[in-house]
Amino acid sequence: MIERGSPVRRARIMPRVILLLYAHPHPSQSVAGKALLAAVRDLPELTVHSLYDVYPDFSIDAAAERRRLAAAKLVIWQHPLYWYGVPALLKLWWESVLVRGCAYGDGGTALHGKDCLWVTTTGALPAAYANDGVHGHPFSAFVPAVQQTARFCGMNWLEPLIVHGAHRIDDGALQAQAAQYRAKLEQYRRSHG
Amino acid sequence: MAEATILRDALVYLGAAVVCVPIAKRIGLGSVLGYLIAGCAIGPWGLGFVTNVQSILHFAEFGVVLMLFLIGLELDFKRLVEMRRPVFGGGTLQMAVCGAALGLGLWAIGLPWKGAVAAGLALAMSSTAIAIQTMAERNLLNAPVGRSAFAVLLFQDIAAIPLIALVPLLGSAAPGGEPGWQLALKGLAAIVIVILIGRFLTRPVMRLIARSGVREIFTAFALLLVFGIAELMALAGLSMALGAFLAGVLLASSEYRHALETDIAPFKGLLLGLFFIAVGMSIDFGLVATRPGQLALLVVGLLLVKGLALAAIAPKLEVTSERWLFAALLAQAGEFAFVVFGVARGARVLPGEWDALLTAAVALSMAATPLLLLAHDALVARRARSERAADAIDDNTAPVIVAGAGRYGQIIARLLFARGEKVTVLDHDPDQIDLLRKFGFKVFYGDATRLDLLEAAGAATARLLVVAIDDVEDNLALVDLARSAFPNLKIIARARNVRHWLELADRGIRATERETFESALRSGRQALEVLGLSPHEAREVAEAFRRSNIATLEAMLPHFRDEAKTVAIAKSGREELEENLRRDREAQQRPDTGHWQ
Repeated sequence: MIERGSPVRRARIMPRVILLLYAHPHPSQSVAGKALLAAVRDLPELTVHSLYDVYPDFSIDAAAERRRLAAAKLVIWQHPLYWYGVPALLKLWWESVLVRGCAYGDGGTALHGKDCLWVTTTGALPAAYANDGVHGHPFSAFVPAVQQTARFCGMNWLEPLIVHGAHRIDDGALQAQAAQYRAKLEQYRRSHG
Repeated sequence: MAEATILRDALVYLGAAVVCVPIAKRIGLGSVLGYLIAGCAIGPWGLGFVTNVQSILHFAEFGVVLMLFLIGLELDFKRLVEMRRPVFGGGTLQMAVCGAALGLGLWAIGLPWKGAVAAGLALAMSSTAIAIQTMAERNLLNAPVGRSAFAVLLFQDIAAIPLIALVPLLGSAAPGGEPGWQLALKGLAAIVIVILIGRFLTRPVMRLIARSGVREIFTAFALLLVFGIAELMALAGLSMALGAFLAGVLLASSEYRHALETDIAPFKGLLLGLFFIAVGMSIDFGLVATRPGQLALLVVGLLLVKGLALAAIAPKLEVTSERWLFAALLAQAGEFAFVVFGVARGARVLPGEWDALLTAAVALSMAATPLLLLAHDALVARRARSERAADAIDDNTAPVIVAGAGRYGQIIARLLFARGEKVTVLDHDPDQIDLLRKFGFKVFYGDATRLDLLEAAGAATARLLVVAIDDVEDNLALVDLARSAFPNLKIIARARNVRHWLELADRGIRATERETFESALRSGRQALEVLGLSPHEAREVAEAFRRSNIATLEAMLPHFRDEAKTVAIAKSGREELEENLRRDREAQQRPDTGHWQ
């Protein structure tokens, strides 16, 4: 983290169409997250913005984040699922960036018409997400909080990408998911070029 | 007429020093060699501006006297008592081994045995002036090698007295002076007088003078005190420098210590410079021209025999890792040799042609000292480079180097150490260092801005260099050195202030913290909390301040060499902060902004 740029330099951003907000406290230790990122990070017009690397002290520069959002057409929230929701720093990002007058309420139109893609990895196998499974509900029960956040801000909700069993998934299956991720984004670029 | 001569001489000395010393220092030869070169240039064999070399040399010895006085001021009595073992044990060993080796060598090349004994012991003594000035310049005085060298030099000052007294006894001339017991009594009396003056007389007098408020009289008294004691010792046949040293020790615990130090330091510097100039002038280039072979044999033989002997006994004097540095520092012969040769010639112990040759050899050996040290540095650097290849294979052993183990660097070193990192610390404060070493840090004494020290610390393979030196100039010097010698080494730096931060950023060092900024912000937060803000609100205000402050610094960077512009930007940055803070405050006063209903 020695060469971490200053907030000011970071704020001077290129007009990029896809903004990938990545929230993982230990990016180098994440197997699934790394594989997914590696599959898409070289796409042109895509910016990976790793929140835990940029704000290790949780001091989010909300103004800079809003400028960044304004330049994007598609916003991706990619993270491991923690306690059925987003990691603390992404939650804080929501709270401090998506405020009234900007993201909702009077004049809050900054995100209107943008697209939102949710990409999350879970530790459990799909079978655990069932009424009689460890987690007591089908996975679809945990989607609305995220989905409605995007919708409340006027964003279009795209079909999310959920990778279950991130700890035990075999390499082939993971690569297949990663390829699917890339295909999804390439498809998006073609239709919104 | 006489005034005109003094003025002209002063012009010559000052001019030569002002020209030669900065140049020598700049190209890495050190100030001592600069003075010596200046002396050669203006002396009888150079431009011939000055001819009365012996009287100048004699006068300039007061530089050595003042230096010993200042060293005495730094040592209090307790530390002197602690030093008695290295001084008497180590000193005796050094004189015996070096004296015997040199005496045998001289006897082997044809000097009669009586002359060989006297000259061997005389040459065994080193130059206090050159050794201490060099060690001070390299921040070595408090390192183990410096302490041992100083103990040896102190013993030589003591041993010179009986040596000078005993040389005539070797000769065939009748010992015309007083009997030994009378000499001893006189010496003892002089020492008692010095102790009485230093202990009881000086402080009340200084108090009186200080109360009078005339600053220059205090300076005059300080000089009078040192010169007076030197004269007293000379009258008793003792070493002037030794007396001054003793007086310094006696005044080390007085409240006037710092005033004495600051008053005397400039005189010491100039007179010591004059002393080195005089040594340079006294090199007899006529002899160099007519008998180059014999002279070369003597100089090389002296440095070689004495250097090897010193390196051999170094472990016994508690110098383990830097024995060759120790040898290079003390291998030259010193100013006492001139005196002993004079006495020996008078007593017909030393044949005339030997006296001239040996005197020239002593002066040349003094001039060779800075060169020996440069050679030592180069060898250490080469060894460090050749070791790099072996080290590079084992990446886990690559250290993190923390330069400066004071309040700032210490915390960094401890944090890394707690994570199990291999930390190498560079510092020249022995108190901090001893403790760190006990806990398993690898510690190097000395000036971190020296390339050989950096290389010895493993800078070639290190993963990171933390520059935690508080002195801005040293800090930047180390950054520049590291960037040019080890371009791949990552650097984290401590900045003293905004200006320093900009200097570092301008060199591409971006991982820089201003040393008080973050802690001051924390205190500011505490203040806001006392004034009624909630802890989290206080944090948010401080964060806004911080962000705006850093943005201002970044904006200053491209223009920072243009002073006027920097001021203008700093001002507009302040205005911007004001506006930011106003905006923040307004935002906080609107209750629903940023919250869910």
